[in-house]
Amino acid sequence: MELVFAFCVGVLTSCGVYLCLRGTTFTVLIGLTQLAYAVNLFLFASGRLSINAAPILGISEKIADPLPQALVLTAIVIGFAMTAFLAVLAIRTYADWGNDHVDGRPSAVERIIQREGMRR
Amino acid sequence: MPRLTERWGRSASAAAAALLPAAVLAILLPRVSAVLAGQVYRLEANWIPSHGMNFGFQLDGLSLLFSTLIVGIGLLVILYARYYLPERDKGGRFYAYLLFFMAAMLGVVLSTNLLQLWFFWELTSVSSFLLIGYWHHRSDARRGARMALTMTGAGGLALLGGFVLIGQTVGSYDIGQVLSNGHLIQSSGRYHAILILVLLGAFTKSAQFPFHFWLPHAMAAPTPVSAYLHSATMVKAGLFLLARLYPILAGTASWFLIVSITGMLTMLIGAYQALLKHDLKGLLAYSTISHLGLITLLFGMGSALAAVAAVFHIINHATFKASLFMAAGIIDHETGSRDMRKLNGLWKHMPITATLAMVAAAAMAGVPLLNGFLSKEMFFAETLDQSTLGSISWMIPVFATIGAAFSVAYSLRFIHDVFFNGEPVNLPRKPHEPPRYMRVPVEILVALCLIIGILPEYTAGKVLAGASTVVLGGQLPTYHLHIWHGLNTPFVMSVIAMFAGGAIYYGRGRIFKLQTFFPARDESRLFDDAMRKGQHFFRTLLDHFDNGSMQRAVFWLLFVALVFMMVPLMELDMTIGLRPQIPVDFVMISGATLLCVSSVATVIWHHQRLLAILLLSVVGLVVAIVFALFSAPDLALTQLSVEVVTIVLLLLSLHFLPKRIRNFSSPTIIIRDASLAVLIGGVVGTITFALLTQPFDTISGFFTENAKSLGGGTNVVNVILVDFRGFDTYGEISVLAIAAIGITALIDGIHQAKIPSDPNALGWAIDKHPMMLSVISQAMLPLAIVVSVYIFLRGHNLPGGGFIAGLITAIAMIQQYVAQGYTWLAARMPLNYPSMVAGGLLTAAMTGLGAFLWRQPFLKSWHGHPHLPLIGEIELASAMVFDLGVYLTVVGACMMILSRLGRLSSSSEAR
Repeated sequence: MELVFAFCVGVLTSCGVYLCLRGTTFTVLIGLTQLAYAVNLFLFASGRLSINAAPILGISEKIADPLPQALVLTAIVIGFAMTAFLAVLAIRTYADWGNDHVDGRPSAVERIIQREGMRR
Repeated sequence: MPRLTERWGRSASAAAAALLPAAVLAILLPRVSAVLAGQVYRLEANWIPSHGMNFGFQLDGLSLLFSTLIVGIGLLVILYARYYLPERDKGGRFYAYLLFFMAAMLGVVLSTNLLQLWFFWELTSVSSFLLIGYWHHRSDARRGARMALTMTGAGGLALLGGFVLIGQTVGSYDIGQVLSNGHLIQSSGRYHAILILVLLGAFTKSAQFPFHFWLPHAMAAPTPVSAYLHSATMVKAGLFLLARLYPILAGTASWFLIVSITGMLTMLIGAYQALLKHDLKGLLAYSTISHLGLITLLFGMGSALAAVAAVFHIINHATFKASLFMAAGIIDHETGSRDMRKLNGLWKHMPITATLAMVAAAAMAGVPLLNGFLSKEMFFAETLDQSTLGSISWMIPVFATIGAAFSVAYSLRFIHDVFFNGEPVNLPRKPHEPPRYMRVPVEILVALCLIIGILPEYTAGKVLAGASTVVLGGQLPTYHLHIWHGLNTPFVMSVIAMFAGGAIYYGRGRIFKLQTFFPARDESRLFDDAMRKGQHFFRTLLDHFDNGSMQRAVFWLLFVALVFMMVPLMELDMTIGLRPQIPVDFVMISGATLLCVSSVATVIWHHQRLLAILLLSVVGLVVAIVFALFSAPDLALTQLSVEVVTIVLLLLSLHFLPKRIRNFSSPTIIIRDASLAVLIGGVVGTITFALLTQPFDTISGFFTENAKSLGGGTNVVNVILVDFRGFDTYGEISVLAIAAIGITALIDGIHQAKIPSDPNALGWAIDKHPMMLSVISQAMLPLAIVVSVYIFLRGHNLPGGGFIAGLITAIAMIQQYVAQGYTWLAARMPLNYPSMVAGGLLTAAMTGLGAFLWRQPFLKSWHGHPHLPLIGEIELASAMVFDLGVYLTVVGACMMILSRLGRLSSSSEAR
């Protein structure tokens, strides 16, 4: 199972990284959300996997490590705040710049050409 | 201080400026005899003791000599500048810069710590920049200042590198420690790196060839500044460094070769150029370079006597060069010109100044009975003793004599061209003697030249001995300061230099003519060209990495992160730990497959936004199931509710973003990004697997053992959140609140009309809110609220708590918005979300502060089990109030974000 878990984290990370490298704000947003899932799972994994061992006293013999769980819980909520912020940022960028590219302009290459032209 | 008193005129600001140096002098003077007897005063404060770094000042023989020069000549310069500066300039700014510079110089010579020394070293660069560029309306002043700052600043960086290497080799930055561990440095492999870096710092500061060109351009400064910076202080800082580190760096063949050859070249080039200059200050500037080269050469020779001669010449050069600069300033001030082709025959107009300048120039030329003669004799004697160059050692004294001859020649030019040689030509002003007190500093300095020259043993002898002892690390060679050493070789060399110098001056016309055959070189143009080329080069280089494209920046960031992760992983060969693994069953496999497939599908169909969001939500739900499966019910609940809120948010934001996602990337870029992504995923997966299979030792034992007894709850995760790590949680809800406020601000700034409309987009559905949905959701609301209250209350002992309850409430309320629309709800449920967030934060903070009432630390919790009638025993913990704060913040923040977005969409709907 550990192997499967690690594989899933790897796949999520790959997808997240790939989408983060795209140029459209919305795609980057989705990529970051995926990356956040991967990171949360990874942090959770630092407490190791165990079944039927909820960290609640008096229910079971075994107890999973509660500390990573507490950290991941807040991480999930903060992750939501970040996603929301980025979403609104993307909307604002679109409203102000008129396009949804991460650079706020259609293409960096075009801009450089423009700058060179101005210098001459 | 001078800035404050300048309103009362120049004299007042000068007097105020003189106060501090006078105080320093008053502190120095009583300690002179003790320091000369070998005592060292230290004043230290701990800074970072673990790194061998302390902040401190120490006064020993060498720093005594330098600080006396700095403060003494500084006082004279303050007096001089009072008369030099034009009437309209009250001098407040000038004196403030001057004091700043003086303090930095004192810091350099008094520091006990290499890094501290470096700090003050850089301060001298900055303050000299301000002083040189004092007349900032003049472009040559600005350029000169910039050049000086660039050169000395670059040298300062090299010096820092050298100091750090020294500190790492010795293990301490304390100068005392460093000096006593010279053998460590000389025997280590870094010696050459250290030597070159430190020498770069010293040579740029002391204007040694090939870094000398900044000094003549710095002549655009007011003359008092030139007199101060280029006689006694700024350029001497480099020599001070050579003297300070002499015990640990000198004595090797490379030291001899680099330092003495640089010094020799600088001396000759400076002397030759000085003769060619028509500008009075230009002549002095190049002569300064030449003399600095001489001192560097003396240090480079490596013998004990040469070092003594170097220190002696530092004193002598400071006195005669300061007085010469001041004399040049007087001439400039009273005649309005510095051009030696116009200045002639001033003897008749200003005889006293002329006499003073002549004595000082004679000292520079090395005429007997003056101090310059003594150190020059010592210098000649030392050149004769050199044998390091083997059979061509005879060249050193010959070149020394040539340098001295040029020195005589330009000194002669200074005297003859300015004060005799016909009549003045077209001077802007009629020359006359300066005010009485403007001459006083010159008189004092010239008197010093004479006294040291005639009675060296009684005046400079002790100070020289004290400083030289420090330079040489304890042993002082036997030497005699006499005017008359008998008819020996050095004296013969002096005589030759005198006559040769006279001959050179007489034949100077030919040299000028010879010079016209060479193309005139303008160093400042070369410098500007070099700077421009450098800027262009680095801009091109930078554009290559960072062309303003965020995608590229992110790519490089991730690429570097990948490299840093992969390198250590390659050194490990085993990633499977020994921890027993959980067997795989069908449910898990299908869950994992669902996760991977939908995640990859999100990537494949990310151009179809709605589909991508739906697929993403599948991923999120599977993640929630994973949490539930692996014993994390709290996480599962949180993930589930956050998932709902996130998806609603993303759907809402879809409305404002372009409907079509264009593909900007070329196939190459896609392949590049995909391979990077796969590699990173692989590395992260490997690390996760390695982590999961290692046996581990949790640090949570404390939490599980004490959750019940100290925190009063059995849900350990919740107890950690609201009790043990309550302060962290407080920080996190603050982040949430800040994000909500930021989002509100961003949305408020959006001008709805500005959002570009997409002609291909489908219009909004014109249906009213569905009847069935609104009826059901209205009925659901109380139920959902009750559930969230239940989740909240049981949170301390069972899965639940403020975060989850808050999210559930938020979802229930969002559902109302979805079902009824914004306007309908705003009329019926007038909740003020910002105040809700503020209330939540305040509640949490007050709970924390409440602990102070019982003299407990912040957020220390209290709990009890009071028995209430009818309900029975309930658990009551102060942590619960804190959790209430969390609850309120989460609800408030979520609603603030979503309702703002929703309102934006409803207003655009109305449009």
